[in-house]
Amino acid sequence: MDLTKELREWQEIIEKSAKSYGLDFFETIFELLPFKELNATASFMGFPGRYPHWRFGMEYESLSKAYAYGLQKIYEMVINNNPTYAYLLDCNNLVDQKMVMAHVFGHADFFKNNIWFSKTDRKMLDKMADHRAEIRAFIDKYGYEVVETFIDTCLSLENLIDRHAPFIERRVIRTSSLVNPEVEEEKKTVKKIPTDRSYLEPYMNPADFLKAEQKKIDEEERREQHFPENPEKDIMLFLIENAPFLKTEEWKRRVLEIVREEAYYFVPQAQTKIMNEGWASYWHTKIMTGSDRTDPYQRGQAKPAILADSEIIDFAEHHSGTVATSPGRLNPYKLGLELFRDIEERWNQGKFGKEYDECDDFEIREQWDKKLGMGREKIFEVRKIHNDVTFIDSFLTYEFCQKQKLFVYRYNKEVGVYIISDRDFQAVKQQLLFSLTNSGQPHIYVQDGNYDNRGELFLEHHFEGHGLDRRYIEDSLRALYRVWGRPVWIKTKEKSEDEGREQIVIYGLEEDVENGINIETPD
Amino acid sequence: MANHKIDQDHERFREIVKGAIKKDLKKYITHGEMIGRKGKDLVSIPVPQIDIPTFRYGNRETGGVGQGDGEEGTVIGSGQNEDDSGEAGEGLGEHIQEVDITIEELARILGDELELPRIEPKGSQRIETEKYRYIGIRRSGPESLKHFKRTYREAMRRLISSGDYDPENPVIIPIREDKRYKAPVPKLVQECNAVIFYLMDVSGSMSDDMKEIVRIEAFWIDTWLRSQYKGIISRYIIHDAAAKEVSEDAFYHTRESGGTKISTAYHLFDRIVTEEYDLSQWNVYGFHFSDGDNWGDDNAESIRLLTDQILPKVNLFCYGQVGNQFVSGQFIENLKIILAEQKADNLALSLINSKQDIYDSIRTFLGKGK
Repeated sequence: MDLTKELREWQEIIEKSAKSYGLDFFETIFELLPFKELNATASFMGFPGRYPHWRFGMEYESLSKAYAYGLQKIYEMVINNNPTYAYLLDCNNLVDQKMVMAHVFGHADFFKNNIWFSKTDRKMLDKMADHRAEIRAFIDKYGYEVVETFIDTCLSLENLIDRHAPFIERRVIRTSSLVNPEVEEEKKTVKKIPTDRSYLEPYMNPADFLKAEQKKIDEEERREQHFPENPEKDIMLFLIENAPFLKTEEWKRRVLEIVREEAYYFVPQAQTKIMNEGWASYWHTKIMTGSDRTDPYQRGQAKPAILADSEIIDFAEHHSGTVATSPGRLNPYKLGLELFRDIEERWNQGKFGKEYDECDDFEIREQWDKKLGMGREKIFEVRKIHNDVTFIDSFLTYEFCQKQKLFVYRYNKEVGVYIISDRDFQAVKQQLLFSLTNSGQPHIYVQDGNYDNRGELFLEHHFEGHGLDRRYIEDSLRALYRVWGRPVWIKTKEKSEDEGREQIVIYGLEEDVENGINIETPD
Repeated sequence: MANHKIDQDHERFREIVKGAIKKDLKKYITHGEMIGRKGKDLVSIPVPQIDIPTFRYGNRETGGVGQGDGEEGTVIGSGQNEDDSGEAGEGLGEHIQEVDITIEELARILGDELELPRIEPKGSQRIETEKYRYIGIRRSGPESLKHFKRTYREAMRRLISSGDYDPENPVIIPIREDKRYKAPVPKLVQECNAVIFYLMDVSGSMSDDMKEIVRIEAFWIDTWLRSQYKGIISRYIIHDAAAKEVSEDAFYHTRESGGTKISTAYHLFDRIVTEEYDLSQWNVYGFHFSDGDNWGDDNAESIRLLTDQILPKVNLFCYGQVGNQFVSGQFIENLKIILAEQKADNLALSLINSKQDIYDSIRTFLGKGK
């Protein structure tokens, strides 16, 4: 449903205000939805429809229940698209709607300007609809259960992508064969002992000897020929290009491609969760409350607040709910907002650079104010070029960490509870970076696509101090086996006192199949 | 617009959760544990989730970053939830939603969740009791029942009519005649009463884990039945080779040892019901939990008591056998025969091997609508 006349007028006012601060976004279209529709849309991750799959229904159940029992409600959804679409809950009161619109413009600006979003498809709304149509056609042809089960399998592999791939220059997907005859280079041959007398040739270089030597060389060459040449992190792509049976079952390859493409679309949102929410929260507070004359960017001219006086309490309550923290949870809205404000303040006061960094007098650091007024400019720059990892890496300071009371928690096995284990700045930063890098997912590469010359798939987990969750290893391997069709290996490490104990897990060997535990043939 | 699309996916998900289709996904379903804590009424609501397996780190191993007060070593969350995910910005145990909620609300949710039928109280004869509610007003009474607003209204009325009211200085002092008091008004309310007997085997073979299961299940049964009856009484019987009635607290915390004679408990149950409750006025429930490891020669007597004495008197008798995959008592097997032979429709049986089974067990017990 379109906005009401009143809301449309507010949209204009808020949009104008957002632009006057320098926010820059695609055309933004708001729609009012009743809660059922909003929950449905949220279950599809912001889209009006996705391909048929039960997990969207699961999401929906969870959201609907949470709403029905009064645990939480979704106020808004925005999708990264051109034009940007945003949905509002129709039963919200006016002050909530205004706040949410201001928040949405923050997101819309971030989507358009943050570099990590620059490679995303801005026509994803159409793309998702196409994907839906395509998969529905497969369902009509091959049956609901068959297609759904294969999607389940693909979703197990969804995180096996290279999150930086969009910036490594996209390769065109090629469907090469397992052993590609075209790439065969000049064949190496046996070096003969030189002789200019042809009658000596059979004696100097006997034919059977040459033959045996040639065989040896061939063998060696094959061993040297790595497949893939370098460890491949985009395992989904590797499967699409190389999984033998996907060549005969075109539709499965296509499903895998769709799942992969959608996974890549959502990557930047996971990469910038803290920044994106922080940025949007920063702007909803600014736009809603106006700003005072001391703000160097207002040049003595205060902007009018969007809020009416009578709405202050409601706004404050809603806002504090958004940025509320609880010990076991890191609230990205809170962390992002505070960090943006901290950066703005530091750059306003000149709290950066060599001189400041080297100053170790607490008093002087505290009082430091060079009145540079570069804060606003700086945060706009930050929102352009950073993602959560570099954001935390560059701007999380000792003082900030103290002020925000950040801590590291660990699981205590003896007691079976999570406890605060550390408040040290370096430890907090390291832990945060670990959980953000690669979106908190393990780094796994295809090491060999023709392991032991038997066409088996060999993966390696690059150990970074933590082992994989054992409960999921075998089932994930099974999903790979279903696509690859041959046994799949993974080399990983288990966390232990020293560096980590090596561990290799295999799935799909004949014994497994015979034992009846794993009688799945790739379907 | 999006509705019908999500409905199809939702329907599909419900069927998977119910186990109707795609049984291979069953093992990934987490119901969330139903935890009831009286007092602060903190309750987690089960929202079923199916976890698609992927290579991942376990949150227990990686830990995370949090925000707030607390020294090093302060506990911030319990680790009982195995499904914690380790992503940044996600909470501990995100699959389980914990929320402050009232017991009445909880019972409603439970009913919705398990699709429990509402209970039809038995008998045509319902008790009518006179109840007093303080909704009347009179001119005399104790100071503790003074109706503040009405008193001041009277005083103000008096002042205005006598012309002594000064809007600039609105001081109102009630005098004796102004005072109004709340008065009780009798009202006839229909009431049905219920008594619930919880019987538990506390013999040496019942482990603490088993008792925990009994505690959780009894809490939910209690919650549901309380939502269905106005006046409800709970009574607790424990037994090993002998039975005795105990307090609620003792029921959950007693640890006895020794053998098991179920008949003793049934006998005591029957005696209390016969002596203290007029069956035309009371709805009687019995819930018995045991590991089923009864003395062999006691089985016949237990079953005789149950079928001849107890079942004719109670609305519902439920037997829950707690155990694990290694130990399995015989008693439930004997009862199954009774169930089959006599078609006793007020007897319900369930096997509870782990906390995961509580959900289904409650549905079995209370799904009869008795």
